[in-house]
Order: sequence, then C-alpha cells, then structure tokens
Amino acid sequence: MSFQPVKFYQTGTYTVGNRLLAAVDHSVQADPLRSNSINSGHRACQGCGEALGARYAIDAAMAESHGQLIAVNATGCLEVFSTPYPESSWQVPWIHSLFGNAPAVATGVAAAMKVKGKTDVRIVAQGGDGSTTDIGFGCLSGMFERNDDVLYICYDNEAYMNTGVQRSSATPPAARTATTMPVGAEPGNAFGQGKNLPEIAMAHNIPYVATATVADLRDLEYKVRKAMGIRGARYIHLFVPCPLGWGTAPHDTILMARLAKESGTFPVFEAEYGEVTGVLKIRRQIPVEDYLKPQKRFAHLFGKHARPDMVARIQAIADRNIRKYGLLEQGANSNAE
Amino acid sequence: MPNKPFAITLKPGTSLANLTGTWRTERPVYLNRLPPCNNACPAGENIQGWLFHAESGDYEQAWRVLVENNPLPAVMGRVCYHPCEGACNRGQLDESVGINSVERFLGDEAIKQGWKFAAPATSTGKRVLVVGAGPSGLSAAYHLARAGHQVEIHEAGSQAGGMMRFGIPKYRLPREVLDAEIARILEMGVTLRLNTRVDLIEQSMKGFDAAFLAVGAHIAKRAFIPAGDAAHIVDAVSVLRSMEGEDQPMLGRRVVVYGGGNTAIDVARTAKRLGATDAVIVYRRTREKMPAHDFEVEEALQEGVMIKWLSTIKQAEEGNLTVEKMVLDEKGVPQPTGEFETIEADSLVLALGQDVDLSLLDGVSELKISNGTVQVSANMMTGHPGIFAGGDMVPSERTVTVAIGHGKRAARNIDAWLHGTSCEPVAKHEIATFDKLNPWYYSDADKTVRPMLDIIRRQTSFDEVQGGLNETNALFEARRCLSCGNCFECDNCYGVCPDNAVIKLGAGKGFQFNYDYCKGCGLCVAECPCGAIKMVPEQT
Repeated sequence: MSFQPVKFYQTGTYTVGNRLLAAVDHSVQADPLRSNSINSGHRACQGCGEALGARYAIDAAMAESHGQLIAVNATGCLEVFSTPYPESSWQVPWIHSLFGNAPAVATGVAAAMKVKGKTDVRIVAQGGDGSTTDIGFGCLSGMFERNDDVLYICYDNEAYMNTGVQRSSATPPAARTATTMPVGAEPGNAFGQGKNLPEIAMAHNIPYVATATVADLRDLEYKVRKAMGIRGARYIHLFVPCPLGWGTAPHDTILMARLAKESGTFPVFEAEYGEVTGVLKIRRQIPVEDYLKPQKRFAHLFGKHARPDMVARIQAIADRNIRKYGLLEQGANSNAE
Repeated sequence: MPNKPFAITLKPGTSLANLTGTWRTERPVYLNRLPPCNNACPAGENIQGWLFHAESGDYEQAWRVLVENNPLPAVMGRVCYHPCEGACNRGQLDESVGINSVERFLGDEAIKQGWKFAAPATSTGKRVLVVGAGPSGLSAAYHLARAGHQVEIHEAGSQAGGMMRFGIPKYRLPREVLDAEIARILEMGVTLRLNTRVDLIEQSMKGFDAAFLAVGAHIAKRAFIPAGDAAHIVDAVSVLRSMEGEDQPMLGRRVVVYGGGNTAIDVARTAKRLGATDAVIVYRRTREKMPAHDFEVEEALQEGVMIKWLSTIKQAEEGNLTVEKMVLDEKGVPQPTGEFETIEADSLVLALGQDVDLSLLDGVSELKISNGTVQVSANMMTGHPGIFAGGDMVPSERTVTVAIGHGKRAARNIDAWLHGTSCEPVAKHEIATFDKLNPWYYSDADKTVRPMLDIIRRQTSFDEVQGGLNETNALFEARRCLSCGNCFECDNCYGVCPDNAVIKLGAGKGFQFNYDYCKGCGLCVAECPCGAIKMVPEQT
C-alpha cells in the first residue's frame, strides 16, 4: 500500500504539520526536535531545493534509524555548500571522497560496519544527478548488482549546477544550460533517448526504488522510512528544483516541483523488486506549458520565436508518463479528489 | 601540529559560524490579516477566531470567542443573512464555508449544555437605560453589563425580542431559542421592565448616566390605494405581530401581499401556513430588483406562494383588486402600461416598509433627524450628549445583525463616554484576499447542506423550515475554514525553510524567524496556506 494522503482535517497531510491529526500521524519535519541533519549556515543559494530535500530525506532516515546513521556524499553542490573546509553543516557522521565513487565508498562503510558487528548502524549515500547518472553510474550499478546494504538518494536538479549549469544526462529536452545553448533548429538540450535512472535501478531488481519531490513531504518521508526498514540496495530519486540553474524565483522552488508532478513531467511512484507498487496520483492536472513557462531555461520555447512544436513533444513525454504509470485517478476530471 | 591528522591544519568547525542572514535584502515577517468574513460581519464577529476552536472540536471555547462580540448566536445562526459567507474566500475554491450553520450549531449546543456568560468582573456604579428589548438593545445591554455597568431595559411590549419576536415568523426562529438567549443575558444582572413604554426620554432618563435608544421601526408605511368600504386592508407589521398573540389574524383564503421586501415574503409564507389557498405577492419590479433575499423568495415559491412581477395595485374592492401591469424603462424604473387586470383577494396586506416612532425624543435638544431617522455620529451618539441610538431607528440597513453590531458599538462608546474618554476605532489589518493564500494545501470538501423540512409541513405548520447540523457535520464544516490571514499552525514555514531559520515555539505559541540565518528566499511566504507571512524590504 503506497502513501495514502489524509484528505480531510482542513489541510490533511498536504501541509508539513496539522494540529488536528493524531500525534502518530505527524511528520518528522513538524517535530521541534527533528535532527536538522544539515544545519543553518550552509552556503546553498536562496530557496535551494537540494538543501531542503537533503534535510527532509536525512532527517527521516535519522528518525527511522534512531540516529544510527552514516552519510556518504559524492562531489556536487550538496557537498560544496555544506562543507567548506573546515566548516560543516552536517549533524550526522559524514564522509566525502570523490565525484564518482560515493556508491563504492558506501559499500565499504557498510562492509566495515558489518565486520564490526554494528548492525544497527545504517548507511545512506547521496549525490546529485551528475554524480549519480553520469560520473558515478558504474559504481552505483555495481552497488545495486551486489545488493549492498545502502540507501542511495539522488537529488536531481537536472544539471551540473555547482560548476555553472552544464548539461547532465538528467537534463530534460529543450532545456538551456551552459553547454546546450538555445540556438539552431532545436534550441536547448537535444531530445535524446533519456536516461531514466529509477527505471534502470528497477532493472537491477533491487528491493526498493522510489521517486519523490520536495513538494510532497509526507510521501517523501514515507518512502525514506520504508526504505530504511529494508536491507539491501535501495534507491530514491528525489526531484529538487534549482532556482539558479532553472531561472526561477527562489520562492517558487516547491511550486516548480509541484508543477512537475501535476503535469506528469516527473512521475512519482515506488517499486519493489522491479515492479511498480504504487503511484502518487496527479491531484490537479495541468499542461506542461504551465510548468515550463516560469523557467528561464525554457524561455526560448515561448515569446517571439515560440516553439509550440517542441512544447508539444514535451507534453507527449508527460502524457506517456501519465499513461505508463497511471498517474490519473480512475474517471478523473479537473476537480477530482 | 602533532594533535591533528595528516595534512589537517584547522580544527573542524560548524557552519553556524556563517551568518547567512547577511545575504538578505527582504525579510519575512509574521502578521495577522483580516479575514474577509470578519470584515463583512455587521456584528463584528471574529469568525475565523471562533471557527479555529470549533475545528479542534472545542465547541465551548468556540462559543465563548463568538459571544465576545455577539450574545445571540442561536438566533444569528437562523436569521442572519450571512454576508460573511458571501465574502468567504473558500467560495473561490468550491463553496463558501457554512459559517451560519456552524454558528447555529454552537448556539444550540450552548443552550443544550447550559453554558452561561461569565459574571461581570467589575462594577462601575454607573447606570445605563436601554430603551427597547430588540436585538440592538439586548446587544448593548449585554456589552454594557460585561463592562460592569448597571443596565435597565425598558420595553414597551409584553415580551422581549423586538422584531425578532414580532417580525420574524416562528418557522424561521423558534421562540424557545429566542427565549433561551434572552434569558442568558438577563442572568447577567440586566433588569428588564416589560410593558414600560418610554414616552419622553428626558423624563425616563432621570437617575441614569446615559441612555441607549433602540426602539426599532414599527409603524407600517401606507400607500394611497383607492378602496371600497368593504375592502379588507391590513399592514404586514400588525399581521406578524398578531401572530404572537392569542388571536390569529383573519386573512381569508385568498391573500394578496403588496411589496417586495423580506417582510412581504414573511407575510405571504405565514398566510400560506394559516390556510390560505392563494398567497400572492404583488411587486412592481422584477425578481432581480427585489430587495428580498433570493433564497427566501425561492423558499416561498417552493411553498406555493405566487408572485406577480411588474404589477401595481390601483384599486381595492371587497373580494377583488385591480392591478396594473408595469414595464421597466431604461433606468430600471417601473412605468405604467395602461393594461389592467382583476385578481380575487379576500384581504390585502401592505408590506411597504416601516417608519420609526420618534415621539420619545420630543423636546430633546441638539438632535438631528432626517428621513424619519435619528442621525448619530460614528460613536453612535445622537446630537444630545449621553443619548446614544442604534438599530432600525438610525440610518442603516435594517437587519438583526446590523442592529446587534450597533448595540456593541454603542456599548463600547457609552463605556468610554462614562469614563470620560473616547473609544478610538482600532486600525483594521489589511484584508486577507484570495491572492494572499496558497489554496493548494486545503483539502477538497464540499459544503454541507442543512436539511430542509418537507414541503407539506412547511405549508401547514409553523415548524422550523431549516434544520441544523449535528456534531459530525458541524466539525466537518468548521474544518473547511481556510483561516485566511491568521496562522493555524500547519508547520509549513517551519518545514519548507531550506536554512532551518524558522523556530517552532510549540503548540499555541506560533513561530519565530531566526534572522541570523534567514536568507530571505521567501519560500515560507509562498507556501504559507493562509497568507500569515509577508516579505518586507530589509532596512539598510
């Protein structure tokens, strides 16, 4: 049974907290004593989705492991903004090695804990989409294949933001980056084959794979806690908008994640042993245009030299997601709930 | 450096040394905005405030917050035309919150549970005379008593309630509800003298420090209609008043009501219940132009009341009336057409509005009277120092809710006047308009419809037409409130801050920003469901 939103009690489980819910139904983030795994003073940009997503995910993992957690970090924004030598924002045992080897380091940490007999200590590895889908992809696949006891969390902001917004294999079609300029017949990033890492993870038949966004906190916490309850290789792909790289207002970070999910651009689901077991349904469906338009990285699709044909192709991708994962409620209409 | 590991020269530190608050150009601040419902309430109720307690099922606390402004919630929950619901932001999502039905539930619950008003904390030794025990007078008496003044109400009639008793029919306001709420006010130590008509205010005021006049508007307006000797013409006020006495009015089987206000509807529906086969309202304009509230027109039509639009009565004879058809000109004013018809009528009831009997003010100096009403200043005082007035006798919309609001405002100003000070109106918060909200977060929930009495009983009895909510659906309805402009502790700001710069102070205490680390991204403002945070420029 996947995460079931509580729909009534004024705001149900849509908000972070809810004074009308029973204490057991409260979120980790509503707790005044949450671990704040990544603390104030980090140097992430205003409105950073990754900083927020990392605290959401690691706080939940800390709650589930009763504080017995070691975090392994790949190179990337998250590493750079949280640990400029000699300062650290992390309030968990934390290790960084290289850009591409976080899954392998995590494997090693897990093995060390096993040798020491510390079965209660759990391992989380984390990285951005660059280290996960490109640079550390081989190590990650190996970690999956060996079914090492690690939860790997990918914070996907769809490009190499730390080094100046270069394209990664997670960059969506038509998006402008420093290396995919809006010029030529098909401006922006190419409509390639895509590289759907959650599906690649599922193809390894590992015990648990899930996607989530920073706009659906309760769903994310449910998935992290569920993953922490499983032994073996687990993968969570967390969608974290980037105001800097996407050209969006810092206060719109959560809105962007919400629009990505509601348009079907980013399907939110979970899978066990390679099979989809639950999806978070679209609540108020919107066309992809509503999601793309506020982002400057898609500005060349609109305005004077608008490219409705390219918008239509992006819509077709979203429609395919909706069909493939069954993102709409049965008999859904615009005000379905 | 023998104590440090290989190649390490600095001691590890925490990022808390890095005060990212210096990046900020704008800062978030918590604020309370005025919910549109509160803004629209003529009685000045803190609707969002009492719904907040009802949402958690604490009905007594909800009722106590409610009665800080309005001592008659069970009456209000039945007869108020709820402008709050018209202003409710939820109306732009699905349907407005059923504020009126929750208010009635709380009022009924208070009667059922026997909740009482707290006794006045202090006694000022001042004596205030209230003239008239209608909604305005009762409201003023309640607020004055709470402020510690000794209050005496002089009522000309044989029972308290004013137009709530002698104007509003029983099927809209059962009398045991009215009696219970009046009794609760009197239990605070308010003296009520019935059958005590104030002929001249200056005489009756001797021994009192101030007076509040709320005699209402009881004199029916007349229209000149040529009538035969045997034509049976009565006015609506007397018909409705006589419903409270021993002898019910004799209206006959075919009753025609002339007028288009709520009183006309009340009389027609009453006539139907008294056994009239035909109850016909004659009104000179169209349904859109009718002053009566549309839901009342609709309920009357359901009960079989007929309405002749665009018609005036030219002549009344025994058993029949001559009616002329009208047309609206381009300005919307009805003009005669010269087309006549005759309709059968055993009686004609005139419901053409009411005037105020101002004779008690004879001889009072410095009064301003215009259009048959007493002029009052913003503090509800007439031109004569110490004499205040409110309700239907001053210029304003004539509803129970407005009258209750007048009573409250007058009481505050009388209190200030008796203390030799003045009561400055508190500056209103900015209004929490719909664009200030983030409606994503509210669960979808359709309005709960109150049960209606079946049509046969509505046509034949004076049983209450509209039913109430029970505890389950009252709770549901209360929780539809969006809490516009006022924090309801959803923890969103605390959760969505990427910089942990929001401090949660605990249940009931709200939140606080940690400006040492707040970078001013504005996520908390964007994701606050109810618009209780805003960004302000940073001081340089």
